[in-house]
Amino acid sequence: MLMGGGAVIAFRNPVSSALSVVACFVGLAGLFIGLSAFFVGVIQILVYTGAVMVLFVFIIMLLDLKDEEKAAKPLLPIAAGVVLFVVFTVQLIGVLSRSPNKIAPDLSAKTLAFAANSFPPTSKIATTLSQGKLPDVHLIGHTLFTQNNLQLQILGVLLLVATIGVVVLSKRQAD
Amino acid sequence: MNLAWILLFLPLAVAVANQLALKKTGLAPTLSVASALVTFVIAVLLLGKNETSHFAWATIGEFSINIGIKLDQLSTGMMIVVTGVGLLVHIFSLAYMKDDAAKARYFTGLSLFMFSMTGIVLADNFIMTFIFWELVGLSSYLLIGHWYEKDTAANAAKKAFLCNRVGDFGFMVGILMLWGITGHLAFDQMQAGLELFQKANPVFCGGVLSAAVLCIFCGAIGKSAQLPLHVWLPDAMEGPTPVSALIHAATMVAAGVYMLFRLQLTLGLENFEGLQASQFIAWTGGITSLVAALMATQQDDIKRVLAYSTLSQLGYMVMAVGLNSGEAAMFHLFTHAWFKALLFLGAGAIIYACHHEQDIWKMGGLLKKMPITGITFGIGTAALIAVPYVTSGFYSKEEILTAAYNHDKILFGIAVFVAFLTTFYMTRAFVVTFLGKTRSDQADHAHEVGPLMWLPLIILAGMAIGSAWIAGPLCAIDPRTHAQEHAHGHFVILGFSITALVLGLISGFVLYVGKNQDPLSIPLLKNRFYIDGFYDNFIVRYFQDAFASLIAFFDELFINGLMVGGLSRSAESVGNIFRRVQSGSLQGYAFCFGLGVILVIYFTAF
Amino acid sequence: MATLNDYLLVSGLLFAMGLAGVVLRRNIIIVFMCLELMLSAANLSLVAFSRFNPAPNGLPDTNGQMLVFFVVTVAAAEVAVGLAIIVALYRARQTIHTDELTSLKG
Repeated sequence: MLMGGGAVIAFRNPVSSALSVVACFVGLAGLFIGLSAFFVGVIQILVYTGAVMVLFVFIIMLLDLKDEEKAAKPLLPIAAGVVLFVVFTVQLIGVLSRSPNKIAPDLSAKTLAFAANSFPPTSKIATTLSQGKLPDVHLIGHTLFTQNNLQLQILGVLLLVATIGVVVLSKRQAD
Repeated sequence: MNLAWILLFLPLAVAVANQLALKKTGLAPTLSVASALVTFVIAVLLLGKNETSHFAWATIGEFSINIGIKLDQLSTGMMIVVTGVGLLVHIFSLAYMKDDAAKARYFTGLSLFMFSMTGIVLADNFIMTFIFWELVGLSSYLLIGHWYEKDTAANAAKKAFLCNRVGDFGFMVGILMLWGITGHLAFDQMQAGLELFQKANPVFCGGVLSAAVLCIFCGAIGKSAQLPLHVWLPDAMEGPTPVSALIHAATMVAAGVYMLFRLQLTLGLENFEGLQASQFIAWTGGITSLVAALMATQQDDIKRVLAYSTLSQLGYMVMAVGLNSGEAAMFHLFTHAWFKALLFLGAGAIIYACHHEQDIWKMGGLLKKMPITGITFGIGTAALIAVPYVTSGFYSKEEILTAAYNHDKILFGIAVFVAFLTTFYMTRAFVVTFLGKTRSDQADHAHEVGPLMWLPLIILAGMAIGSAWIAGPLCAIDPRTHAQEHAHGHFVILGFSITALVLGLISGFVLYVGKNQDPLSIPLLKNRFYIDGFYDNFIVRYFQDAFASLIAFFDELFINGLMVGGLSRSAESVGNIFRRVQSGSLQGYAFCFGLGVILVIYFTAF
Repeated sequence: MATLNDYLLVSGLLFAMGLAGVVLRRNIIIVFMCLELMLSAANLSLVAFSRFNPAPNGLPDTNGQMLVFFVVTVAAAEVAVGLAIIVALYRARQTIHTDELTSLKG
């Protein structure tokens, strides 16, 4: 995944860059699944790589970008970018070495069965938990629709606004 | 004592009110005249008092500049002169400046002058004297340049101020030297300080004191127009005639003499005997009076004749001070103030009547047309030439001649010769202006002036005759020396002066009666010994221009280049640096974002 | 199982790469893609925290994952709008090279 990230910056051809991003995101999705965040991982593939990156590739194809590869390498932005990267990494390592580390808490069948007690016994979540499986989607849905319902609705409006905005922006300017 | 403070500050209040609030209305003249009247009454009331009081005006650590009033015989007597002549000049100005466009400004200047002159007379320490000395110079500048649209008037005002300034530089050095010698600046305390100094340095006290007195005398040279710096006084006649009467005849120019006598009184008269400085002062006075009298014999402008006559009489006074006869000088100052003011105001009346014609060869026969003016002018002339026993001028001039006779026979000779010349040129002026036939249309149409003008003239004529007898209690005349000096050579002196008088009268009449133009023509005298020209062409051009170019160089380099230019250039370059931030480059902005994030992390985490 | 700090390190590295890319690349579309990289890095750290700081009942804290959900949604909307802007820009300026898009220059 990190190699994919590096490749994004390095490739001259924008299509290659886009495909490296896709590779990066796939790796990321794998990481998510490893973290027992199944729903988020699938979303990452579906939305990010499936929709967003495809859109990017569409746009790259739409605009003719042949001259990108022939442009000269300017030194200043490269130096600036490298400096930023290095300093940031140093700071990161510094911060991480001081902060307390944690190990992943156990998600064995015993923990899951114990957790089932906090849910109403007849719900789907409880039954799945007592079977020893993590009902990722149900848990997220539970939190989303009960505690954060308002935010969800606002998000819906946001999407609507974005759609309208896109339509307006892509109109040809009136003559 | 409160009266004295009112006396000092009332004219200032009136001047400020006139200038700020009353420019448009016709109230300004009346206000000034009223304040002159009030101050005269106060001066009469304060006569003979003897006290001092002061308040600290500016304090720096332990040193403070005081504004104080010292009332004693000398200052109260002088105040009578200042306020009396001032009042009469104010009344005269009401009529003389009737048609002037800037009356308020004129009366503001007059009130400001009254304030400044009062300050000099009543001062109780040297710094206050200096402050008001400069103020008087300023008022003189404003009043001489009253008709500033005329180039000659503006230049004359400038010349007056510059000559005064040059003298004042020496004055300031002198004050500082005296302060160093005596340790005090207040008049009351200086004598004690001087005695301490004398005891400490018996050897060179005389020399140091001489040097200090000489420097102070520089101030008197400038203010009283003695020889090197006399050039401003004749040019000052460009101002309105009442101004000439008040400032340049009676009061301001006498300030130098007053200050010198005050210095003598303060430091103790006996300290001045035999000082080198006194010799120098006496000779400067003598030579000034001689040169001025010579120049007066050939002037055609009536005001200029009177101006040179003032110079000459001032020379007498300064000479008397140098000869350690300060009382004689003050006596002469007193009488001279009245009859010179009379002469000037009379000249003003003539000029007004002849529609601002000032050349005496264009006047003539005015005695018939303007009897009051003519007679009073005649009385004034008589006082100036010192007709024996009848006029006040006689008594004061006798005092001075006596002093000269007793101290230095050469100076006595010069003084007698000057008396002859004085009689000669005043007779010339009187004969040409008033007798004979009228020589021009303007003189033909002249008629007597209004009462506002001849009333002051008559009062002054009375003073010209009688001021000698009331002068005794007013001036600081010591009856002891009076009697003593009269014992020696009284008749010799009387003989000499009467001879000079008669010779002058005869030669004046003979040469000038019935003539239509000047039979004598001495270019050297007419052109005033070419001193003016010398100053203008040599000193002004070379020194002033050299100074000006030097200062211009500094101005260009330091002020323009470094300070102003430097500031603007550095502001510009700093602005340029910041301008580059607005580069319009997207990545540049993004870079700055990233930098900011890093900095924030740095400051919060580490 | 890796520790929390390992995940955070990876997330940080990814973010740094995205940042470097924004400053480095001159094609505005690539810049936009690096922006997405940065967002994803943030998502990764969010999920890591959600896994490693369990809720009181022992399960992973779903608040973190829910936040990731929001982030993804908003990112999608932002990409849509941003690309529309870029298209409009291309129509106006005929270029997508950042060096030539300097009308904000002061």
